[in-house]
Amino acid sequence: MFGNLDFDVIRRALPYLFFEGMTFTVTLTTLAGLGGLIFGTAIALMRLSGFKVLGRIAGIYVDFMRSLPLVLVIFWFYFLVPYIGQWVTGASRPISVGAFASSLITFIMFEAAYFSEIMRAGIQSISRGQPAAANALGLTYAQTMRYVVLPQAFRNMLPVLLTQTIVLFQDTSLVYVLSIPDFLGAASKVAQRDGRLVEMYLFAAVVYFTISCVASFGVRRLQARIAIIR
Amino acid sequence: MIEISHVNKWYSPTFQVLTDCTTSVTKGEVVVVCGPSGSGKSTLIKCVNALEPFQEGDISVDGTKVNDPKTDLPKLRSRVGMVFQHFELFPHLKIIDNLCLAQQKVLGRSSDKAVAKGMQLLDRVGLKEQAQKFPAQLSGGQQQRVAIARALAMDPIVMLFDEPTSALDPEMVSEVLDVMVDLAHEGMTMMVVTHEMGFARKVANRVIFMDRGEIVEDAAKEDFFGKPRSDRAQKFLSKILSH
Repeated sequence: MFGNLDFDVIRRALPYLFFEGMTFTVTLTTLAGLGGLIFGTAIALMRLSGFKVLGRIAGIYVDFMRSLPLVLVIFWFYFLVPYIGQWVTGASRPISVGAFASSLITFIMFEAAYFSEIMRAGIQSISRGQPAAANALGLTYAQTMRYVVLPQAFRNMLPVLLTQTIVLFQDTSLVYVLSIPDFLGAASKVAQRDGRLVEMYLFAAVVYFTISCVASFGVRRLQARIAIIR
Repeated sequence: MIEISHVNKWYSPTFQVLTDCTTSVTKGEVVVVCGPSGSGKSTLIKCVNALEPFQEGDISVDGTKVNDPKTDLPKLRSRVGMVFQHFELFPHLKIIDNLCLAQQKVLGRSSDKAVAKGMQLLDRVGLKEQAQKFPAQLSGGQQQRVAIARALAMDPIVMLFDEPTSALDPEMVSEVLDVMVDLAHEGMTMMVVTHEMGFARKVANRVIFMDRGEIVEDAAKEDFFGKPRSDRAQKFLSKILSH
């Protein structure tokens, strides 16, 4: 089976794989990570706000998102959003949402649920004396969160947030169900076209493995550095 | 300056932490609050700037009612300095930034003005050289002096101290008390929860003794140390002054 492998097919596909595929994957990971962090923080603040209704809504959202397989959410969201958009705007035809926009929104919504749990743990790790001191100085709730609590929570949770982002980086490969040429999608296309499935999927695996491994190593070193500073 | 009248506070329907507390602190006065642990003294002082809510009674600071829902609490608190047992410096900010944050965000001072004021106060507590360090790099005594400077940077009309020396190693207590004594001599209005009876003897005008959530004794310093009226205060004093 491995006797007649042609690894030159990889070399020839490299520009396409990286300039198109990997660029898409990295862009999606970065934007979804940032968006997920922002919305996740908002959800965490809702859950900790003390307003019961807000907390319940946020809790239900998180439980809902975490109870669904990501690939199903991607799939359904892509086919449902045009109709939801039509219903909201009252347009006569389904709104056309590009595959990129659709997958980005899906990942932000999905990651927000996970990031919110991380940020919630981070906020709860700050001693109650910190917001009390900020309040005593006259800072409002929003200022206390913005300048005192969230920066510390973010710093404490940075290694966990980055680890979750590595998982996100791998999860973005699931957009293949929408036939989007992310890195895996691009590799898959070349594989099908040239009939070189083994080579291309092997190569894709090696690339994902290498990037994730190096990133994990970086996170561990960062963690050690943060530990020393404190 | 501070009026506390008939304050009652419950943690749960069956657990009352403050019972009918009434007292006041006039301008320029230094009032020391003491009592056994769990007597509610920290809770009472935290009610003064509404860090702790209470269910009955009234507290007003400089004529503003603390427990009025219409009161602009951040504004009121910005005029009331508070020093905590565990310092509560912001660990992610440099010392100078700890002093400048509220000056800029609450009082709207420019960065230059805030830094100038901050450096002047750090100089005053003897920590000018530490301005660019982070809180974790300072000793407990130094951190507490920074915390006092941070509160003073807001130009408070009154200062609240919640057991400012209880978390300190013994050799660092005096450096913090020295700063507080200076402050008292300058005429700052102060309400101080502390077990440091030496400090009370030196600068207090009045001493309040609390036990089980009640103000048992509220007397001029000389009367309190000379001849406390209540048994409980007598017992407390004999215990903490016996060594």
